[in-house]
Amino acid sequence: MYKRVQRYKERLIEGALFLSALFSIFITGGIIAVLFFETFEFFKEVSIIAFLTDTQWTPLFAEKHFGILPLFAGTFLTTVIAITVALPIGLISAIYLSEYATDRVRTMVKPALEVLAAVPTVVYGYFALLFVTPLLQKIIPDLSGFNALSPGIVMGIMIIPIISSLSEDAMHAVPMGLREGAYALGSTRLQVATRVVVPAAFSGIAASFMLGISRAVGETMIVAIAAGQQPRLTLNPLVPIATVTAYIVQVSLGDTPTGTIEYKTIFAVGISLFVVTFGLNMVSYWFKKKFMEVYE
Amino acid sequence: MAFKVKDVNAFYGEKQALKGVSFEIPAKSVTAIIGPSGCGKSTFIRCLNRMNDLVPMFSITGEILYNGTNIYSKGIDVTELRRRIGMVFQKPNPFPKSIYENAAYGLRIQGVNKRNILDKVVEGSLRKAALWDEVKDRLNSSALALSGGQQQRLCIARAIATEPEVILFDEPCSALDPIATAKIEDQITALKQYYTVVIVTHNMQQAARVSEYTGFFMMGELVEFDITRKIFTAPSNKLTEDYITGRFG
Ligand SMILES: Nc1ncnc2c1ncn2[C@@H]1O[C@H](COP(=O)(O)OP(=O)(O)O)[C@@H](O)[C@H]1O
Ligand SMILES: [Mg+2]
Repeated sequence: MYKRVQRYKERLIEGALFLSALFSIFITGGIIAVLFFETFEFFKEVSIIAFLTDTQWTPLFAEKHFGILPLFAGTFLTTVIAITVALPIGLISAIYLSEYATDRVRTMVKPALEVLAAVPTVVYGYFALLFVTPLLQKIIPDLSGFNALSPGIVMGIMIIPIISSLSEDAMHAVPMGLREGAYALGSTRLQVATRVVVPAAFSGIAASFMLGISRAVGETMIVAIAAGQQPRLTLNPLVPIATVTAYIVQVSLGDTPTGTIEYKTIFAVGISLFVVTFGLNMVSYWFKKKFMEVYE
Repeated sequence: MAFKVKDVNAFYGEKQALKGVSFEIPAKSVTAIIGPSGCGKSTFIRCLNRMNDLVPMFSITGEILYNGTNIYSKGIDVTELRRRIGMVFQKPNPFPKSIYENAAYGLRIQGVNKRNILDKVVEGSLRKAALWDEVKDRLNSSALALSGGQQQRLCIARAIATEPEVILFDEPCSALDPIATAKIEDQITALKQYYTVVIVTHNMQQAARVSEYTGFFMMGELVEFDITRKIFTAPSNKLTEDYITGRFG
């Protein structure tokens, strides 16, 4: 009797779990369907070739151009700057926390770092605009009030905890026996860290890098506030630009009427971003599989 | 004498793991350390190359002289010491690198990167570890793909590649099957003409087969140290006799 009740319960739970899984798939499918539909509408009016090759993006002006390249150039530029800041610092702090710090320091520093990731991005945005940009202008007089450099750097600061925390987890999971083997051969601490622990944790570290990159590509507020919202096909970090995400909020927050071509650009741009981040995720998945080392 | 151990006490925090251990380990021979589990065998052998330095809260008193120098005195370069005293662990721990890079690791960290030198040393140490014939066609494949016994022989090759003077083995066969164990034992006997070997084992037959000297530990104390034949045929301590005849442990 009891067994039977138990079995029903199990089945009920299984069913509920299945339904919630189905639900999230359904929602995702719905989002993609809407994106596709509106994008399809958009491409009825704008040729896909112009979209991919035109060097100007001016859908909100009288003379409209719909070239996505300037937006991707902006995203690329700010992402590269952010990653240049976040990768080395994140990795070095992970190595420090995992291989050098005492347990006491680690248990204090790690949560403190993770708090950095919990700061609302709008705060980072104003930090970039009102603090970092003026500071940089003292060093680089040519720097515009809005630019890619300052939000890029601040975005990097925001990403450091993601990279350091995930990399540290990966390095922490490297078996003690490997370190002992390396020390027993006369390795210094630095050699143990760089020649044994980092390579052994490579797949986890690479995954943290990819997550950091995805985070930078998708980041919106910081660039919307501090980069200037001026789509421009350039790799010059000193002038105002706009990123893919910054454009989407700009239009979403403005008073663009539903159904207009300006409105439909959001979906075309959104789906382009979706394709890029999807590609990044595939790359990171491939990385993980390729470099996964098996420990028992 | 390779090592002179003088009144060594070792502690993990408050807990004492070695109590007043004193004896001498002869050079160019195999010395076995036996005793029931938890008696301090690993703690002792890890004192000889200062691996216990890695354990937080570990402390040691007394002296361990290696070639006349106290390895625990100030100013000892521990990495240099460990280059001269190699170690093979209980669980095979090859690095997640190729077979070649595992054998070459010790030289690489000393800054040797010349391909022809590395090639020679890698081949030489793999031959000495009786692994060369099995892996010579796949030196660049991952060491993790090898069997447990092969991994352990690779760890031996890795340890001898830098030509240490001493090799410490901490239960090197406890994770291996009998055939792999026999291979490792052959290795150890072959190594003693070049190296001083200290081996921890809880397998008494193994101690009897490979060693010339044996120390019997119990509860952190060295109960008896003598030539192996004497320990196994005419021990002078009642505890040793009880242990080797299997009355406890
Ligand atoms: N890292 C450690 N921290 C605290 N106690 C330890 C540690 N390593 C070993 N011990 C203790 O020290 C004693 C001796 O252990 P060990 O030397 O590993 O024994 P054996 O190798 O003979 O089995 C045991 O009681 C064990 O619990
Ligand atoms: Mg042990």
